[in-house]
Amino acid sequence: MDIVSDTATADFILPATSQGAEMELRGAWVSENTLPSFADMRAAFEQERAKRWQVSAAADFSWDSACMTRLFLCARHCTEHDIDFDYTAMPAGIRKLLDVANAVKPQSTNAAARPTLAQHLHAASAAIVHRITDFLGFVGAILIAFSNLLRGRANMRLRDFFYFFEQCGPQALGIVALISVLVGMILAYLGSVQLRQFGAEVYIANLVAIGAVREMGALMTAVIMAGRTGAAFAAQLGAMQANEEIDAITTLGISPVEYLVLPRMLALIAAMPLLCIFADVLCLVGGALVATGMDVSSVAFITQARGAVGFDDIMSGIIKGIVFAVLIATAGCQAGLQSGRSSAAVGQATTSAVVNAIVYLVIADAALNILYDKIGF
Amino acid sequence: MSSAIKEGDVHIEVRGVTLQYGERVIQHDLNFPIYRGDVFVIMGGSGCGKSTLLKHMIGLQQPAAGEILIDGENFFTAAPEQQLAMRRRWGITYQSGGLFSDLTLAENVAVPLQQYTKLTAAEIRDTIAYKLALVGLAGFEEFYPAEISGGMQKRAALARAIALDPELLFFDEPSAGLDPLSSQRLDELILQIRESMGGTVVIVTHELASIFAIATNSVYLDAETKTQLDYGAPRELLQHSEHEIVRTFLSRGEAPGDQP
Repeated sequence: MDIVSDTATADFILPATSQGAEMELRGAWVSENTLPSFADMRAAFEQERAKRWQVSAAADFSWDSACMTRLFLCARHCTEHDIDFDYTAMPAGIRKLLDVANAVKPQSTNAAARPTLAQHLHAASAAIVHRITDFLGFVGAILIAFSNLLRGRANMRLRDFFYFFEQCGPQALGIVALISVLVGMILAYLGSVQLRQFGAEVYIANLVAIGAVREMGALMTAVIMAGRTGAAFAAQLGAMQANEEIDAITTLGISPVEYLVLPRMLALIAAMPLLCIFADVLCLVGGALVATGMDVSSVAFITQARGAVGFDDIMSGIIKGIVFAVLIATAGCQAGLQSGRSSAAVGQATTSAVVNAIVYLVIADAALNILYDKIGF
Repeated sequence: MSSAIKEGDVHIEVRGVTLQYGERVIQHDLNFPIYRGDVFVIMGGSGCGKSTLLKHMIGLQQPAAGEILIDGENFFTAAPEQQLAMRRRWGITYQSGGLFSDLTLAENVAVPLQQYTKLTAAEIRDTIAYKLALVGLAGFEEFYPAEISGGMQKRAALARAIALDPELLFFDEPSAGLDPLSSQRLDELILQIRESMGGTVVIVTHELASIFAIATNSVYLDAETKTQLDYGAPRELLQHSEHEIVRTFLSRGEAPGDQP
């Protein structure tokens, strides 16, 4: 047996001994070197077919975590297979670390068997039912909060209302203006291509006015607010959940729905009609810009638009805006309040706030259009 | 200052450091060495800037004045590759764990291994099993941080911190929020890991039990005067510090000598 003096290598030998299998580790058992794997060590031990594995260190032995990992795996293998593992001949540091690592019995991770199709379906349907009951429960809580508010008993700070009104009203004007002008221009272009065939360009005004006031003003504003404000609500409330602030509010005997949701929802309900009117006007400005480029004078545009839009149309848009405000605030606050307590869960809450809000918006918009059509609004 | 003069190799040197948030001075004129192999405690009352000092040591914030030398090197003037090499030698646990909540414990411990080593997937899995067993979390590989208790999160964070066998371990309030037994277990674990792997440990804490159990050297930061009041081994300071506030802190207001 020749002694390996080069410390850049690591290996082991099994000197012939009378009892059990003994392994002597030689060289530098450190991460930088290519070390024998646990499988190699186990194979060598198993050749001896002994009920007792013993490890010892040669004079030139040095070690780090890479070595510890292999010894730990040996120790675990021995425990699992009822083999006696003897490491008393190793350096003190190794002995201590192995003692610590083996002190706590591993938690039995009886990995759940793969769920069957039936279990999958059951879990999926249970999740849907759970989501529906969560949603209904939350809507119920909001209704209770509102009834308390009407009786003047809600725990809501007026200051919060004004703060959130500022957040979702004036602060949103810039983005709403930009989108509205562009949407107005898009509507005008869309209409002009068709109307020019009949020489009826002046009716661009009617198309833009009706389209903006009855539909696009409210819907586009709502989409912006879902992404801007709904997501912010979910992120704020989710972070408060993670930070145990919501627990604190609850245990102080204050309803989180009254204290946190009401001011946000009321602020959004107050801001949305105003934003809708603002969006309508800028939509028309956008349409007028395009129309004047197509030989429709701005005076003609305004006259046409005034004739096309009645008070009913404006109200129908504003009612939509209010409904959308309720839906956005509901989606955002529900996602936030029912969020998990980790940063990943807060991210999910924000995502579901926006996705749910947009789904609610489109469904509600379709439903309102059908309703308006039936009652001739 | 009743500093115990120690012979040895300086691992970290804090030289004339001032910590500031904007215009607000947190601590000024900090000067002390941390010797290799020490379990060094940064202590002081709440809000005195202990954690802030730690954040400056680990290169998250730059001192407003002075410099912190680790192995004779200033992190903030080092070249980017050098900074990376320095960071690789550090293990850090944060006050609230700092575990990645969207990763399982195994994946959390794997992050530094994947970042800095060329281990194969199987080797990484084995290393993770060993590191988690070391902190008493064998079998918890597939759990998410949110699914385990606060004490277990602290230990999982320790497993991630020692993944690369760091020669310098930083702990920010390791035992905050733990019951006395868990906190004692964690202290023992820190000691054992340091003893067997060598290296230096820097701990921010105000837990007296921990301070006396594991610290070999310490510095006391004062919130009033906003500078270090005393430096030395805690037991030494308890008996002989010339500052009454340090003796009071270490004896929890009782007459010195009552503590072990």
